[in-house]
Amino acid sequence: MPSRFRIFRRLASHYDRDPIVLGSGRRAELRDHQKELQSFHLRLAVSAGVVLAVFILLLIRFFYLQVVRHDYYHTLAEANRISIVPIIPNRGLILDRNGAVLAHNYAAYTLEITPAKVAQIDPVINELAAIVDIAPKDRKRFRKLLEEGHEFASLPIRTRLNDVEVARFAANKYRFPGVDIRARLFRHYPSGEAASHVIGYIGRLTQADVDNLEKKGLAANYTGSDFMGKVGLEGKYESDLHGTTGFEEVETDANGRAVRTLRSTLPVSGNNLLLSLDARLQEIAERAFGDRRGSLIALEPSTGGVLALVSRPGFDPNLFVDGIDPSNWEVLNNSPDHPLNNRALQGVYPPGSTFKPFMALAALELGKRTPHHSIFDPGYFFLGGAGGHRYRDWKAGGHGTVDLHKSIVISCDTYYYGVAQDLGIDNIHQFIGKFGFGKRTGIDIEGESGGLLPSQEWKSRRFQQKWFTGDTISVGIGQGYNLATPLQLAQATSILANNGTIFRPHIVRHVQDSQTNQLRSIEVQPVGSITLRAENLQLVRDAMVDVTKPGGTAAQAGAGTPYRFAGKTGTAQVIGMKQNEKYDERRVLERHRDHALFIAYAPAEAPTIALAVLVENGGHGGSAAAPIARQVLDYYLLGKEPEVKPDAAEESLESD
Amino acid sequence: MINRILLFLARHIDRHLLAAMAALLVVGMITLYSASGESVARVGGQLVNTVAALGLMWIAANIPPHYLQRLALPVYLLGLSLLIGVHFFGEVVNGARRWLHIGVTRIQPSEMMKVAVPLALAWYFDRYEAVLKLRNFAVAALMMLVPVGLIVKQPDLGTALLISAAGFYVIFLAGLSWKIITGLIVAGLASLPLLWPLLHEYQRQRVLTLLDPSQDPLGAGYHTIQATIALGSGGFFGKGWLNGTQAHLDFLPERSTDFIFAVFSEEFGLFGNLVLVTLFLFVIGRGMFISFNASTLFTRLVAGAITLTFFTYVFVNMGMVAGILPVVGVPLPLISYGGTSLVSILFCIGILMSIHTHKRLVKS
Repeated sequence: MPSRFRIFRRLASHYDRDPIVLGSGRRAELRDHQKELQSFHLRLAVSAGVVLAVFILLLIRFFYLQVVRHDYYHTLAEANRISIVPIIPNRGLILDRNGAVLAHNYAAYTLEITPAKVAQIDPVINELAAIVDIAPKDRKRFRKLLEEGHEFASLPIRTRLNDVEVARFAANKYRFPGVDIRARLFRHYPSGEAASHVIGYIGRLTQADVDNLEKKGLAANYTGSDFMGKVGLEGKYESDLHGTTGFEEVETDANGRAVRTLRSTLPVSGNNLLLSLDARLQEIAERAFGDRRGSLIALEPSTGGVLALVSRPGFDPNLFVDGIDPSNWEVLNNSPDHPLNNRALQGVYPPGSTFKPFMALAALELGKRTPHHSIFDPGYFFLGGAGGHRYRDWKAGGHGTVDLHKSIVISCDTYYYGVAQDLGIDNIHQFIGKFGFGKRTGIDIEGESGGLLPSQEWKSRRFQQKWFTGDTISVGIGQGYNLATPLQLAQATSILANNGTIFRPHIVRHVQDSQTNQLRSIEVQPVGSITLRAENLQLVRDAMVDVTKPGGTAAQAGAGTPYRFAGKTGTAQVIGMKQNEKYDERRVLERHRDHALFIAYAPAEAPTIALAVLVENGGHGGSAAAPIARQVLDYYLLGKEPEVKPDAAEESLESD
Repeated sequence: MINRILLFLARHIDRHLLAAMAALLVVGMITLYSASGESVARVGGQLVNTVAALGLMWIAANIPPHYLQRLALPVYLLGLSLLIGVHFFGEVVNGARRWLHIGVTRIQPSEMMKVAVPLALAWYFDRYEAVLKLRNFAVAALMMLVPVGLIVKQPDLGTALLISAAGFYVIFLAGLSWKIITGLIVAGLASLPLLWPLLHEYQRQRVLTLLDPSQDPLGAGYHTIQATIALGSGGFFGKGWLNGTQAHLDFLPERSTDFIFAVFSEEFGLFGNLVLVTLFLFVIGRGMFISFNASTLFTRLVAGAITLTFFTYVFVNMGMVAGILPVVGVPLPLISYGGTSLVSILFCIGILMSIHTHKRLVKS
């Protein structure tokens, strides 16, 4: 037996030698039971003794810390030394495709109070008001922040102090413990109203924002941040723009003044957004609208990049940066022009005749029309059956003999009433849906509406009603239930210009890493394509070029272009008209006048820009919307600045 | 009818323990509200954890101890195989391999062993009741050391030590000879210089920091310094609820979880500490009473080990906050924020209740 075991045995026998165990086996076991119980109780008692001893030890330690050395620790806690100060990162810049700055930061001094370090706040503010200007609205904002429970933070009572004010406070600083001047970064949008709907704005963090960040586990990175992006690119790209907050451990004296920095982790600036937007083009487009309400979107067909995105009227995003004051908010929010609405992607309008090129393609592709098939247009389309109905053409008396080419050039309604009837609503829904009507484009700002491309299924779901053939007829000319956003129209035009290849529209071209300057591209891959026969496409595209030529509905706007320019006018009814009523622009309220629409791309053979223009209550597409498109194209393709001239409201060929 | 339901619900619940649990949980919520910066969401979350954990406690209280005894070995073996699984296939989080993916979710088998090891040891000793030989103690020690060794490897020294403690309590209560205990203590102290180089750098750092926190005021010592300031500045009656500057000025780290006692102590002072310690002592006393009166060796050992483990958590946590023990990740039972610890503690309390209330039925 190995010696190891012998030792065990010896130890074991020592255990067995206990006198109580002696005796017969059965009795020994019983006695063992009792002995074990006794031993157990003894050990439990010992444990209880240890527990008590340890707790007494703990209580002695507590007594030592909390009573004997209380004064010492009290002083330490009061005049605390090490505080961790977040360093807010620089927010990323927003630059247009040529490097023009659309959003940047500037440093300004703010006067801040740490309420936890001030016994009575109101008297302090009153005394401060004697040194620097403090407006009632500053007090209101401070109150609000205080109520939100930031008692231990440093809260601004005045922002953007000038040098004189800074100097005046510095001289009096000793009188105001708990009040400090801090250099903070503010956001500024140098172009003001221009592109305001694209860029959006930042605003103060609200409690809801904080809760939301907490839910996403991002709250730590917003320690010390006062602002975050709310809408537009500022909102959508918040995670890129914000950056990573740094921290600094500083030793402070009893007044909370930093004595020296012990350790710091530098913040990482937010990434820059490099847009596909052309700021100058945007400006020209905005100016072309004058005082009219409306929207324009210009896309680069080969990438889906947004070149311009206009929604008029706009607003000054700088108003929002530091918390918009109630009077400005009132004006913006209650204006009948709804300047805060982004018409380009939230506004839905009947596409009107701009729908026709897509209907024509559908008819050709699905074999319902051939290029040479002609109809005779008497000025109306008669739908037979019970309660037969006359659908009028925009031109009383009609256009005479019309084939597919002519139907686009002169925008014949009667032709498309027939096409719509022959196709049927579900074919229209299915084919034209491929161009993005009825669904969101997925552009990189929030708030997009999906528009509406009706179908039988939709109607029965929405109204619990069956679809009538009569419903289909008006869909054929982009009226009826049809609704599209200007962005959807631009996107569909871009797909057409691109021979069916689909790119997702995006405003940001690259995200530039703030550390490495490396560029991260935002989707340049097509997201899909529509198979179309080349000859059909050519037919429709040729007809769209002729729209801008003499005899076409946009001849005026297309006059004298050195490039080939394809377009289609549209006019969308705002109010329905009775069967025999005649539309008379002078007799209807301004807000009830027709919307003017125009879609276009150029140069026609190899398009580099596709766009859609909408002028609310503008009247005719050819006269109100097409000239705006022309100015944009002239600048983009020729670099030609628009001449300053009176409004282009002169009558061209009365269209639609 | 309602009376009958209540009677059914309360049948295996120990009123004394339940009252103490309720009091401690309420203290925990009140402190958490302050520690979390008055976050209703955080307290709400803990409330959900509490309800779930109390449900589990009720279930545990209704499992007769002999079922637990029958399950002890299988659960232990399952836990052991999972630990081996972690060793080979575990997921590394924060530099430690503690988690194991099992299809839908990931688990931390070391948590499970905190209950499984004492149960298995008690089961083992119960089998050899009255004929315990030294050999049995050696086997029991081995049953404890294998999982502990695996957990040390992860590395998770804190959990390994806690499981060792739980296992040791069972062995101690089962009657390990005093001579051996003395021998182990002497050998342990003697081997300290030998163990020292085996410790990880951060573990050594923690011990050194304990000896002199000012050595590293911004690193490992930061927690200790800030916590002692919180305690010390609290004084006899504390600064008052929600008024702890250490807590609210962001000086205290981990103030909702491991260091929540510092918040409590800063705001309620030595007086609060006395109340809290009394509550914990009451729970421990009740546990010992249950262990003392338990009818079988298995239940005696389990109840005793649970009680002493509970005590260990309380002591290690309070000692850490008070700066007399190194900083290890041990939550304060029933007070610290977090579902895992709450669930396992109330589960064990449920076992205590079960042992106490099933006693009469089992006793022949």
